[in-house]
Amino acid sequence: MEYELILAVLGRHPNDLELAMFSLMWSEHCSYKHSKRLLRRLPTEGPHVLLGPGENAGAVDVGDGLAVAFKVESHNHPSAVEPFQGAATGVGGILRDVFAVGARPIAILDSLRFGEPAASERSRYLLERAVAGIGHYGNSIGVATVGGEIYFDQAYEQNCLINAMCLGLAPHGRLIRSAAVGPGNVLVLLGALTGRDGIGGASVLASAEFGEGDADKRPSVQIGDPFTEKKLLECCLELLEDDLLVSLQDLGAAGLTSASAEMASKGGLGLDLDVGRVPLREPGMEPFEVMVSESQERMLCVVTPDLVPDVIAVCDRWEVLCTEIGAVTDNGRLRVLDGAEVVGDLPVAALVDECPMYNLEPEAPIVSLYPSPAPVLGGGETPAEVLLALLGSPNLASRRPVFEQYDCIVGSRTVRRPDAADAAVLELPGGAALAISIDGNGRRVACDPRAGAAEAVYECSANLACVGAEPLGLTNCLNFGNPEKPHVAWQLVEAVEGLARACEALGVPVVGGNVSLYNEAPTGPILPTPVVGMVGRLPDASRAGQIGFTNDGDAIALVGPFAPSLTGSELAKLRGAAPAGDLPVMEPGAVREAHATVRDAVCAGALSSAHDIAEGGLAVALAECCVAGGIGARLKVRIDDWVRELFGEAPGCAFVVSGAEEVLGPLGRVIGRVGGDTLVIPGALEVAVSELRAVRDNGLLQYASSAVWSE
Amino acid sequence: MKFGIVRFPGSCDDVDALLAAQRVGEAVMLWHADSDLQGVDAVIVPGGFSYGDYLRAGAIARFAPMMEEVAEFARDGGLVLGICNGFQVLCEAGLLPGALLPNISLRFVCRQVRLDVMSEYSPFTRACPLGEPLSIPVKHTTGRYYAPEHGLADTQVLLRYAPGENPNGSDRDIAGVCNESGNVFGLMPHPEHAVDPLTGSSDGLAIFESIRAHVADRVVA
Repeated sequence: MEYELILAVLGRHPNDLELAMFSLMWSEHCSYKHSKRLLRRLPTEGPHVLLGPGENAGAVDVGDGLAVAFKVESHNHPSAVEPFQGAATGVGGILRDVFAVGARPIAILDSLRFGEPAASERSRYLLERAVAGIGHYGNSIGVATVGGEIYFDQAYEQNCLINAMCLGLAPHGRLIRSAAVGPGNVLVLLGALTGRDGIGGASVLASAEFGEGDADKRPSVQIGDPFTEKKLLECCLELLEDDLLVSLQDLGAAGLTSASAEMASKGGLGLDLDVGRVPLREPGMEPFEVMVSESQERMLCVVTPDLVPDVIAVCDRWEVLCTEIGAVTDNGRLRVLDGAEVVGDLPVAALVDECPMYNLEPEAPIVSLYPSPAPVLGGGETPAEVLLALLGSPNLASRRPVFEQYDCIVGSRTVRRPDAADAAVLELPGGAALAISIDGNGRRVACDPRAGAAEAVYECSANLACVGAEPLGLTNCLNFGNPEKPHVAWQLVEAVEGLARACEALGVPVVGGNVSLYNEAPTGPILPTPVVGMVGRLPDASRAGQIGFTNDGDAIALVGPFAPSLTGSELAKLRGAAPAGDLPVMEPGAVREAHATVRDAVCAGALSSAHDIAEGGLAVALAECCVAGGIGARLKVRIDDWVRELFGEAPGCAFVVSGAEEVLGPLGRVIGRVGGDTLVIPGALEVAVSELRAVRDNGLLQYASSAVWSE
Repeated sequence: MKFGIVRFPGSCDDVDALLAAQRVGEAVMLWHADSDLQGVDAVIVPGGFSYGDYLRAGAIARFAPMMEEVAEFARDGGLVLGICNGFQVLCEAGLLPGALLPNISLRFVCRQVRLDVMSEYSPFTRACPLGEPLSIPVKHTTGRYYAPEHGLADTQVLLRYAPGENPNGSDRDIAGVCNESGNVFGLMPHPEHAVDPLTGSSDGLAIFESIRAHVADRVVA
């Protein structure tokens, strides 16, 4: 039992404050005790890596002396309890992670999962309020939300997923680590007052399953204040620009406890921290409440004594609260003082390093853990009817009703907005650009965790290829159920193996990430949902690829290995199939080669459009290219098995590109031509582009605009 | 010519405005708490959420020391451009007629819209090509313009959303208005986000070009 271990480590009983600190630091959320060993499997090294896992965010070199820092993190449980504030503070938290390493946040992406919107008022409410919360925070702080993904499945009904990714830009010299340095240096708390919000968030919310009485957990959700964070952000960047800080750490889960313990642990030093000096929002808070509060918009930094007046001056200008609350020591202990009284005294190593690690006990399930969804299609539909049903389904329909609620252009660098290309594209100073994509498909991972997780990596890389970008690094968020259950443990182990192999195959290092476990309700676990966020670079922003067919008469080609199957596909779901069965096996070398082919052609400016074939298969990909470009297309190939060939899926390996026929010939198989105002697949379907657009536009709008909610 | 961009805590599009203005002239930041206009020829009050806008958009920013200087600058005939939150601030400060109300949808909306230019003589639109709508993005939650009919002459309406493009329910499709003297202009769309085809459009540049042309004429005169 863990308490026995605490006794052994301390040689005495902990007091209540100390026990509260152990409870948080030894929670899954802070200690990764069920996943840490597993995560060592992921490749973390590469030629561009500047900061790897373990820092507040990872960072890679993007040339010209610039670094891009990025990370994805979950805020699932708070959002399921209070979606607006849960999602808003999810964004606030990931922003702090990025400016904690010295980077100016320039983009946010979100990966969201909810229950079925048609069947569930709760899911419509969660969607509406989570999107509003993300927009509230990101828009107000002036960081562009440039992309993301949303999927709906009944497995997320009780436990929605809110993953937020942020990336930021910094000159190499401004990157800073969080390790406390230099005994005698001053510990300074920056930002908001500390209140009673979010007490126990990491343990009560993030590391336990949902059950009865979740409404009582609402006080454990933090409240976001983007204005305070905006000032904090500008203030921190100015402090770093003026070289006034030794180290910097954001306060997230487990508040001061986690931030101070992590800083001390990484520096191999100790800290004295006086809770009596922490500015409070309400009087009479107990020391343990101060230490575990998850009040937002706070940062902890280490400053040399002589520079404290300069730090105070910058903070005053930005109207940011700045308080000396302690000092760095060399005794390896985290001492909590309340004025002159020592109220807690723990070895840092005990809090951070001595947490017991657990081995998983994976066991493959014999039958699918997930029930079959209610069928939407009976099986007797024509190809045109199937295409329209897919385009109008919540998982494939236009995301416009959502992304129009986000500011995607602030910062003046957004070259590709949502829906314009497979990846977001942001211009860098000097004319190059960053490309970012976030992806994960829980249904496919449920079919085959190893292959499904690999597909997420391939899919992101394919998205980057479509805009002409070479991958530099990735971050991931592993959203799974209770790892103490063998079938969930098996999903986790297999998925990490799949991620690792795909990263190795493509040569993309993992520079950071987050694990969110215990995503379960009494009805069962969520679909296993590893979410991958990948960042790449393209040399010339003006040649960034785009999705829409553009030129009447262009040829259309299929590039890359394409062996679609119905297993785990959207069509299978609409037909009521449970997520089970084998996914197509992909040869990593062929995938890598296909990505390089498309990437090089886009970079050379040789293509009019590029789009990868993902959910909904070839027919949906073609329809998306037609709708985006406002022009039709006619295929000229024979379709034998239309269900599989048009709607089967094999994400991340094959592409639909358009351009001059002589250019496309060497790249792949020419299958048709751009032109007209209908999509024609001879022998299968002919549908007007206007109808494709109308159906696609309404698919999500019908739910996004009819949400019923009350406060 | 020299632009000054007022920077409040909570301004988001201040750097964007600075970069856009620098495409046609010099530009400097003006800190909200200072009282020195640094000899600028035109002032831009940028977009964002000044002081968090938790009370009512623009309601607190109007009291900033720098805004007192801007009001005096405007009374003396100086050119003042308010974009989005800047428009809200100028309405709150009484430098422009009317008010901005929450969008009909009650949601934030970020979208490229087409705008019809209603005047070819204004210091803010004189460089806009005649008869061609401008493609400029909007992004706001509180952008539904309202002014009583008697409080706003038709000639003060410099920009309207093109038919079918009104993103927020604004009265008479009004996207931008000037004061009676014509030297203070506010608009909800973001011309500073339409200065480069690579990032969507360069139609907004005409607004900055107009200001430069007007200032240049005035100097010659």
